[in-house]
Amino acid sequence: MDTINKRELPLCMPKPRVYPHMPSIQEASVKPAAVKTYSAGVKEYRATYWEPDYKVRDTDLLACFKITAQAGVSREEAAAAVAAESSTGTWTTVWTDLLTDLEYYKGRAYRIEDVPGDDTCFYAFVAYPIDLFEEGSVVNVFTSLVGNVFGFKAIRALRLEDVRFPIAYVKTCGGPPNGIQVERDIMNKYGRPMLGCTIKPKLGLSAKNYGRAVYECLRGGLDFTKDDENVNSQPFMRWRDRFAFVAEAVKKAQAETGEKKGHYLNVTAPTPEEMYKRAEFAKSLDMPIIMHDYLTGGFCANTGLANWCRENRMLLHIHRAMHAVLDRNPHHGIHFRVLTKALRLSGGDHLHTGTVVGKLEGDREATLGWIDLLREKYVKEDRKRGIFFDQDWGSMPGCFAVASGGIHVWHMPALLSIFGDDAVFQFGGGTLGHPWGNAAGAAANRTALEACVEARNQGRQVEREGKDILAAAARHSPELRVAMETWKEIKFEFDTVDKLDLAHA
Amino acid sequence: MSEIQDYRSNLSDPASRKFETFSYLPPMSEAQIRRQVEYIVSKGWNAAIEHTEPENMAGSYWYMWKLPMFGETRVERILAEAESCRRAHPDHHVRLIGYDKYKQSLGAAMVVFRGKTV
Repeated sequence: MDTINKRELPLCMPKPRVYPHMPSIQEASVKPAAVKTYSAGVKEYRATYWEPDYKVRDTDLLACFKITAQAGVSREEAAAAVAAESSTGTWTTVWTDLLTDLEYYKGRAYRIEDVPGDDTCFYAFVAYPIDLFEEGSVVNVFTSLVGNVFGFKAIRALRLEDVRFPIAYVKTCGGPPNGIQVERDIMNKYGRPMLGCTIKPKLGLSAKNYGRAVYECLRGGLDFTKDDENVNSQPFMRWRDRFAFVAEAVKKAQAETGEKKGHYLNVTAPTPEEMYKRAEFAKSLDMPIIMHDYLTGGFCANTGLANWCRENRMLLHIHRAMHAVLDRNPHHGIHFRVLTKALRLSGGDHLHTGTVVGKLEGDREATLGWIDLLREKYVKEDRKRGIFFDQDWGSMPGCFAVASGGIHVWHMPALLSIFGDDAVFQFGGGTLGHPWGNAAGAAANRTALEACVEARNQGRQVEREGKDILAAAARHSPELRVAMETWKEIKFEFDTVDKLDLAHA
Repeated sequence: MSEIQDYRSNLSDPASRKFETFSYLPPMSEAQIRRQVEYIVSKGWNAAIEHTEPENMAGSYWYMWKLPMFGETRVERILAEAESCRRAHPDHHVRLIGYDKYKQSLGAAMVVFRGKTV
């Protein structure tokens, strides 16, 4: 029947196929011309958008949704509804459907799977043709995939678990403005993770006092310090003053230690114009790195800023305020691995990933999954890490994983084991809270890190032997000894709310 | 808790200068250097030796000692080159490097002999 169809098809299209549940299309394959007839009304989504025999194409964008359907709605109908509402469909048939080739443009639900250990919901896999999306626009992809469909009445809850971005789409995105390899060369940091610290109190310091805290951390041995995410340009400290004092601090610490230093100058701003103005000023001060909040600032601002950074040889640190609103509920929202992919495409050189061991949420295996997605060239499907698709990043650079929040020297062995070298460990309280001050706190962290890296390179089991490794290093570092005494008893051992969906043992 | 201790570091004291990875640990013993060379070899990286006057260490380019030792897996040979470099430049920082050609970066870089910083 294929041969009867006379329409000229784009090369990338498959041969027209027969869809037994779609009489009008079947008719189309039989008749050469005037094909479908318009009949108004509501038909089941599954008739058009459920295609269990569909063979996914290399260029398709694939999504895995976790769907909790309303009572009485079949899995196939709910999956098809999600495919429809996130692509070409609407709730009723419209005559203008017939003016285009919906068979080409529609998303299709092509697979349904049980969620291990949870029968209130199921996984639906949807394939979208690449031409549904504007090239290089994370904004556009997300407006479709997590747009209206998330408020759709036929489903009680919906979560976007994973997205496979085809390499054809990846190549249209700018990605990290510099990437891990370039950043190492710019900052001259090799063979170890980098160290950072968020300046506290997060709000209320004057610019000059703030610069003091930065200077003390950097001269003590940290590579970076960081503006807290909500430090933008408040009345107590306007951005221009902060940038100027911080620049002085960075430069003096560099001269004093002979090492490259940086402070993530937060350029997150109320408007793009203001954001670029702040970025330009950071550049004029010769600063190596700026920062942005990609979710509150938005993908449009973030992608633009990443482009600016690439053009201006500026490193870009990305914070993720608001992520837990989107990613923490296991049944509704967007999984962080998807937000990770979105950031890598939109652009950033660092991304906060959680620490596994600190004060903030994060399952170990799941975290290992998304730090791979952030850093590696090719990531295989691995359900044990919550990864639903192979993801090929091609030549797109990787980003540093940033572990920040409630960590201190005692966590260093575990952090090194979990994250390896391509990471930044950020000790806020764990630096500033040192009884002898920031410089001593910084030196304690740096000494602990280097002791763990040396031991790791020697083939020792750093996590298991952590206590001995740190104790030995503290023998020649009074700063480390005091840090170890100060934080000995603090642990953050709460159960993870968002667990991976693995069968209950 | 012990008395607060001053953090000793200043612009006028060249001993305050650090030199990246492992510069916050005491100088490495011969045995410790050997372990790091073994690590570089075990990773399949190409070892190399560089050196510089301590006052000129800020730039990206130190002086290469000969050429990177492509394909050299004998730890003794790598240690011997580091030692020859140190003997030729006793006041210089001597840096051991592991080139990771797949990442187009340095998998390891550490000063194994410390020059005169004072």
